[in-house]
Amino acid sequence: MVKYLGNVLFGHFPNFFSEETSLEAKVAAVQMRNVTKTFGSVIANDKVDLDIYKGEILALLGENGSGKTTLMNMLSGIYFPDDGQIFINGKEVVIASPKDAFSLGIGMVHQHFKLVDVLSAAENIILGLPGKLDLKAATMKIMEICQKYGFEVDPEQKIYNMSVSQKQTVEIVKVLYRGADILILDEPTAVLTPQETEKLFNVLRKMREDGKAIVIITHKMHEVESLSDRVAVLRRGAYVGDMMTKDTNAQEMTDMMVGRSVSLNIERPDPVDPHKRIAVRGLTVRSLDGILKLDDVSFDAYSGEILGIAGISGCGQKELLEAIAGLQQAEAGSISYVSDDGRKEELLGKDPLKIQEMGVTLSFVPEDRLGMGLVGNMDLADNMMLRSFRKGSSMFTDRKAPEKLASKVVEELDVVTPGISTPVRRLSGGNVQKVLVGREIASAPKVLLTAYAVRGLDINSSYTIYDLINQQKKKGVAVIFVGEDLDVLLEISDKILVLCGGRVSGIVDGRTADKNQIGLMMTTVGGEENGK
Amino acid sequence: MANRVSEPLFHIVKRDNVSRKKAWCIRLIAIVLAILVSAILTTILTDDNPFQVCITMASGAFGTMRKTMVTLQNLAILLIISLALTPAFKMRFWNIGGEGQVLIGGLAAAACMELMGDRLPAGLSFPNWFVMVCMVVSSILAGALWGFIPAALKAKWNTNETLSTLMMNYIAIQLVAYFIIKWEVPKGSGKIGIINQSTNIGWLPQLFGSRYMLSIVLAIIVTIGMYIYLTYSKHGYEIAVVGESERTARYVGMKVKKVIIRTMLLSGGLCGLAGLLLVGSINHTITTTISNGQGFTAVMVSWLAKFNPFTMIFTTLLIVFLGRGASEISTKFELNQSFSDIVTGIILFFIIGCEFFINYKINFRKRKEDDVNV
Repeated sequence: MVKYLGNVLFGHFPNFFSEETSLEAKVAAVQMRNVTKTFGSVIANDKVDLDIYKGEILALLGENGSGKTTLMNMLSGIYFPDDGQIFINGKEVVIASPKDAFSLGIGMVHQHFKLVDVLSAAENIILGLPGKLDLKAATMKIMEICQKYGFEVDPEQKIYNMSVSQKQTVEIVKVLYRGADILILDEPTAVLTPQETEKLFNVLRKMREDGKAIVIITHKMHEVESLSDRVAVLRRGAYVGDMMTKDTNAQEMTDMMVGRSVSLNIERPDPVDPHKRIAVRGLTVRSLDGILKLDDVSFDAYSGEILGIAGISGCGQKELLEAIAGLQQAEAGSISYVSDDGRKEELLGKDPLKIQEMGVTLSFVPEDRLGMGLVGNMDLADNMMLRSFRKGSSMFTDRKAPEKLASKVVEELDVVTPGISTPVRRLSGGNVQKVLVGREIASAPKVLLTAYAVRGLDINSSYTIYDLINQQKKKGVAVIFVGEDLDVLLEISDKILVLCGGRVSGIVDGRTADKNQIGLMMTTVGGEENGK
Repeated sequence: MANRVSEPLFHIVKRDNVSRKKAWCIRLIAIVLAILVSAILTTILTDDNPFQVCITMASGAFGTMRKTMVTLQNLAILLIISLALTPAFKMRFWNIGGEGQVLIGGLAAAACMELMGDRLPAGLSFPNWFVMVCMVVSSILAGALWGFIPAALKAKWNTNETLSTLMMNYIAIQLVAYFIIKWEVPKGSGKIGIINQSTNIGWLPQLFGSRYMLSIVLAIIVTIGMYIYLTYSKHGYEIAVVGESERTARYVGMKVKKVIIRTMLLSGGLCGLAGLLLVGSINHTITTTISNGQGFTAVMVSWLAKFNPFTMIFTTLLIVFLGRGASEISTKFELNQSFSDIVTGIILFFIIGCEFFINYKINFRKRKEDDVNV
């Protein structure tokens, strides 16, 4: 108890990294003291002390599994801390449910939106609020909030008609409507185009001027630098320290997150002897409910090259990769595989087994790692076996080879795991991806398809994955890299194909392309020239 | 704003990694508690000594050599049915049609016995071994067919297998009812009676001089076979992957439909085998209730054992022991049959309920008065 009192009486202990002078003028909206949360044997947060001030944007940084989201979930009432105290505006509070959090003015916008598809924006915003249902008054209030901060929301529009960015706006308005002064955003830009991101940042800056306390969780360093006033870093559940953004840089922040120095350069070796490997012509795909997902898509992928694919999420990237991998039926078009001796083979209309039997070694790192690429409840060795279990004519499986492969992947890619007999779902996101990528490149592929290979991965794991992909490129593999971070796409790709609503908006050279141009191509086919 | 500085009375925390020892300790405590509650209830309702009741339960199941053998035989049949359902469950195909698959297998065996036995015109007869082969083949095929139909519907049109397997049960029951009337002896009795009483045609052989051993030996073989099949075979691996994620299965090129149909053929076929044993080896007759709900009980047995064939031996033993023990209590203490169901219910409630405490931990409020409002 003395410990708690100490914190309360003397405030936050002076921190090694903090700049006391500039913070003094500010008022703390949230003070977390000694907050601890464990899940079984895993310590997600270990005695974390964190202050959030009014009128500032705080970037919360940390690797995957460092406990950022857990910490914020405790603030928003989703988890309850095992130990420690939380003070809101100087008063100790207990936040036992999201409702408690709302009544304290805390609102969180989650990575995965929590909206009812068939309801309108206004209906979603007032959903669950007490009192009489008065849509008119609500609409008025929503419009007021929108005007104040510069949102563009049509209160009448149904959620299912909205883009990801619009849905996110509704989530933010929802939180503000409930009177939140403390706003938490968990990786808000993961699904946005650069233009949408800029719009969001402008709104957030306005809220800051209005005196709100804003916390943003993100992995993108350039966003941290352009938006936040202060950064706080967590590492393995513990609070490492905070710094003013203007006094630091991406390298320093990354090193602090990881705990050692990390190189932040993605190499882009020149392609060696590229020749055509995959030729897609006029590919048209319709989803089961008849929606046109890919419309007359044509392109070539060359060996020893990385073809980046940019586009707002849901623009046909998934269908494109799955069609090449033999998992998606097409309405029209062709996908041919060109082997080393120039022979062409049609891949469309064949299932993955047939493609494998044809001698085409095609590896696919799908977007949904645990739901498609791996089996979460199976251990590392069994997951390695997914690709190899058919080998041999015996009716029994050979477990030796996959076990060996699992040990090799663990060793070579530094997978953090208690052992190869641990279910993969217990591993952190970055390690899951290493296991998946490790297995997929173990078969010495000719073609490597990757979808959002670094989504949700921290900066350190991301660079490991980029390295692995680049190694494959050097080995002459034709890599198709679907990405969402344009900065990364621009750094790693030799060519970038931009998809817009299932159509090819253009193919540009990765070395000369301009970020804004690609951003525009993502929203209108052809970019500026064809735009309004 | 109200300053409510009070932690909730308790909150539930997920346990991450429970050691095997701890888990079994929790289960043991649950069983002890269950017996305690049953004992208290028995004392309240009957004024009998609860220890006496416990002893009676044990003696009901293992009191004499014959009782022990019957218990083991019941265990064998329930175990085979549970093992039959297990591959389907591992595939997340909720086969609750075990009852129908057993019945239809039994009906096929009974049909062979009826049609190739005493009913044949004088002078015409089949060798006994031939009848038995026909029985084995036809009952397994009949069970497999009963598994195939819902599997094919699921594979082709993605129909809900819980409904279709359940419906198949009723079809099997009505078919059995129809043939009982057709073959009833004597006419109007509504019963078939013992088939081929005089010639014993189609009565499956005794093993080691005991009529109980055939089922027991087969159950042992099926248990070991199923363990190997699920753990080490390629089929078993495919079943596990399809069960965990169909998308992953398709992603690596597994034929999901084929796996579903193949597994249900196996599941139904094994149920058919249980039906064969019930008719050909144990009862030598068929009734609509010959399976006695074991197709449903097996669902619970399989789940309780977490689909592990060897653990299933113990969960089956538990259920069979409870059933036989509870019915012994009912007769000995002149309680009605429902009482045994109550006791079984209590014990199962505790056993299934304790799984919650294995997966979750309850943290009670720790700090109270020493909190200071700031």
